[in-house]
Amino acid sequence: MSMNNQGRPTRPAEDTGAASAMATSTGNRALMLEEALIFEIGDSNRTGVDLPEAPRAASRLGGLERKSAIGLPGLSEQETVRHYTRLSRQNYAIDLGLFPLGSCTMKHNPRLNEKMARLPGFADIHPLQPIHTVQGALAVIDELGDWLVKLTGMAGVAMSPKAGAHGELCGILAIRSALEARGDKRSVILVPESAHGTNPATAAFVGYQVEDIPAKPDGRVDVDALKARLGPDVAGVMITNPNTCGLFERDLKIISDAVHEAGGFVYCDGANFNAVVGKVRPGDLGVDAMHINLHKTFSTPHGGGGPGSGPVVFSEALAPFAPLPFVERTEDGKLALIEEESMEDHHASSFGRMVAFHGQMGMFTRALTYILSHGADGLLQVAEDAVLNANYVLRSLEDVLDAPFAAAGPCMHEALFSDNGLAEGFSTLDIAKGLIDEGFHPMTVYFPLVVHGAMLVEPTETESKAALDQFIGALRSVALRAKQGDPSLHSAPHFAPRRRLDETLAARKPVLVWTEPVVEQAEAAE
Amino acid sequence: MRYLPLNTQDRSAMLASMGAASIEDLFVDIPEEARLSGPIHGLPMHAPEMAVERHMKALASQNLVAGDVPFFMGAGAYRHHVPASVDHLIQRGEFLTAYTPYQPEIAQGTLQMLFEFQTQVARILGCDVANASMYDGSTACWEAISMARRITKRATALLSSGLHPHYVGVAKTMARFTGDALVHQAPSLTAETDIAGLIGQIDKNTSCVVVQYPDILGRVEDLSALAHAAQAAGALLIAVVTEPVALGALRSPGEMGADIVVGEGQSLGVGLQFGGPYVGLFGCKQKYVRQMPGRLCGETVDAEGKRGFVLTLSTREQHIRREKATSNICTNSGLCALAFSIHMTLLGEKGLRGLAQVNHAMAVTAAERLEKVPGVTLLNESFFNEFTLVLPKDARSIVRALADRKILGGVSLGRLYPDEAELANGLVVAVTETATVEDIEAFATNLEELLA
Repeated sequence: MSMNNQGRPTRPAEDTGAASAMATSTGNRALMLEEALIFEIGDSNRTGVDLPEAPRAASRLGGLERKSAIGLPGLSEQETVRHYTRLSRQNYAIDLGLFPLGSCTMKHNPRLNEKMARLPGFADIHPLQPIHTVQGALAVIDELGDWLVKLTGMAGVAMSPKAGAHGELCGILAIRSALEARGDKRSVILVPESAHGTNPATAAFVGYQVEDIPAKPDGRVDVDALKARLGPDVAGVMITNPNTCGLFERDLKIISDAVHEAGGFVYCDGANFNAVVGKVRPGDLGVDAMHINLHKTFSTPHGGGGPGSGPVVFSEALAPFAPLPFVERTEDGKLALIEEESMEDHHASSFGRMVAFHGQMGMFTRALTYILSHGADGLLQVAEDAVLNANYVLRSLEDVLDAPFAAAGPCMHEALFSDNGLAEGFSTLDIAKGLIDEGFHPMTVYFPLVVHGAMLVEPTETESKAALDQFIGALRSVALRAKQGDPSLHSAPHFAPRRRLDETLAARKPVLVWTEPVVEQAEAAE
Repeated sequence: MRYLPLNTQDRSAMLASMGAASIEDLFVDIPEEARLSGPIHGLPMHAPEMAVERHMKALASQNLVAGDVPFFMGAGAYRHHVPASVDHLIQRGEFLTAYTPYQPEIAQGTLQMLFEFQTQVARILGCDVANASMYDGSTACWEAISMARRITKRATALLSSGLHPHYVGVAKTMARFTGDALVHQAPSLTAETDIAGLIGQIDKNTSCVVVQYPDILGRVEDLSALAHAAQAAGALLIAVVTEPVALGALRSPGEMGADIVVGEGQSLGVGLQFGGPYVGLFGCKQKYVRQMPGRLCGETVDAEGKRGFVLTLSTREQHIRREKATSNICTNSGLCALAFSIHMTLLGEKGLRGLAQVNHAMAVTAAERLEKVPGVTLLNESFFNEFTLVLPKDARSIVRALADRKILGGVSLGRLYPDEAELANGLVVAVTETATVEDIEAFATNLEELLA
């Protein structure tokens, strides 16, 4: 049996599925269409665009004209539309159904956001246009930043980070800058065991030693252990709240006070802000820096893996160290973009530039559109409905699935289950793949690491009760099959465009680009 | 609220089913003194679609739209025509609203697209392999410097003076914290690049040489000698391409020996968008693949032996390796990579070469016209679709004055290098297929008037 990088089986030992027994000559199955690669159907002499006429002009390429073929296939417009439409149909998406990935906040993406982002006044402006020609764009950045600051109760915001992990980097760089500014060399960042992998990776990337903080049996940070570890070498802690077990860190204020007392800073991973937006302000809990994933809480689309956007809000203590550029309102009411040139005068402590230009403008317009649609009252309702939906899932399934922290009280935005109690030989992976056959995207699996065979379900606020009931029914039936030891689960999914894929093979002999099949090359040579 | 499906009855029924008296019962873990009792004061309440649209349109109308005026700006972001089908296809909900393809059986659409993207990118850059994209060109550039440190176990990077100043800025910020040494100076207004000088600076501590092609002033020069010199000293050559359309006309950096080639892919499919989101391109030689940052998609088979694709080599990544990961990056720029790939598929080799030819011909036409403007000299001997003019006065004021006349006439070097007084008269002008001969004439005539 092949195992993936985490030591889990990636394909079944034997195929017991019957669904694929009947073959078709094309490999297609009615509306389920196989699609070849562009390199197999395209042609370097075919194109789907008509270009304008080029004026006559002598080449000034300095003798560096490309002579060899590039190897880029082209398709006509019709073939292009069909190719990508066919590919799209092999994806699961929020638009198709509930997408319960814990910690990912897969909520509905309103199309008004898309429409607004495509207004030429936002989509077709150059980042280096003279400032007086982009006042509206700067106003979007300013207005969104203002919302983020007020929703979090913080003092300042850095808008340029490109994604959540980039925001973490921004926060940690600000912490290090603040420490350096007072001549304080600290070397350690404390990170709870349950943290996202990006937290320790970020801290290590800028040269910090990472030390784990243990969790208590109730799924929350062990405050006493944390306090005991604080000292003059600890630069700060990175803490996720609500945490990755779906629980609110009740003692965050106590933790913050202790960290501050010891001269460190508190970084909060805001990945799960959706659960508490409008309900509590991180600034009131002593947080010094927190990134906000606009693609989670504020519904910019995930796009199959990005682009994200990760603005970072800062406390008074860290705000002076925020990166460039940033938008500032001048006395005459105009908006200025503070870049390198005015750094000395305005912002001598800034740690510098993190990215070319000014951040994910296309995501800012979408997020602001979403925020204005909801308003302060709607955002509060977002948090309440997200938490209500998650608790509804938790309470509806705790009789069939082990829910390690359910007895202690409510969860926040996500419900955590474990593989405890499944039949011998059955795992979280079987449940995930079984859910695929039921028409759902699986939940987050094997994360957080503090729970064995974790299953993290985040329904979000944009699911109706009927959709939740359907999902609960499906997960219940798959869980029961796993408890009864139904062997067909081992070979699930049976009805997806592909059966389980061999991840071990992919990693052992990586094929990362398409190459001409060897046989055809030999024939061509003859 | 139109995006929230639950109504009051649903909420009551659900709370009742779990024995909760009110929603507050679910928030008991938030300390009472910090819990907010109502909407945050001073922020507006919810609004209908029409009202939001009106507000956003009012903001959009305060900006001068590139497509409405003669437009000649580049310096790391280029305006190209994006075929209508690109934007239609990336708005398919199955692409737009999908997550990272961690469940490959129901994400083959995204995965196959990424495999095609990686192949297209590798071929354009002239690399053996490419990843599934980075945030943007500037962060890809820093990741490449970081990768060179891991490979060579050396920590001094030589940055060409022709590297985009924002890319240099990002590297400088990061290097301060990672302990890398960066050797860099601002460019000088000469027709030659600093390649010869860079070769002389390479020594046994050099991890990599980073050179932009075409560079920030639009100059192009053969990288082969630099690649040889770097590799002979045990260092890597990193080439940075901010305008991938150039590679439809120019020899690729990989072909000239670059070990790592990174780029900004915004030119194809993505649009200007005031600077983001964009899409970082990252390619390298096969032997360095395991030190590469970012997501990778690889080919494999499923349990029935059918070809399929998965994310692979994830042991490099943060969600497995945590603090030992090659990078903290947790995302790529998926939807922008899709836009890039679709645009590239529509073009094909024939279209990309044709597009590059039109760009170059338009730029040559513009350069020849603009250097006739009294007092203006053309810096470049060679260029692709972007070149530098030296004006008789500070270019920043000219750019603003042109904008007042509804012409976006390039990027002043004063904007890019505020501290370098000797560059102040430099103006970087980009000319793509979107410019017309009339636009060029309008630009030249207005420049003449302003300089008279």
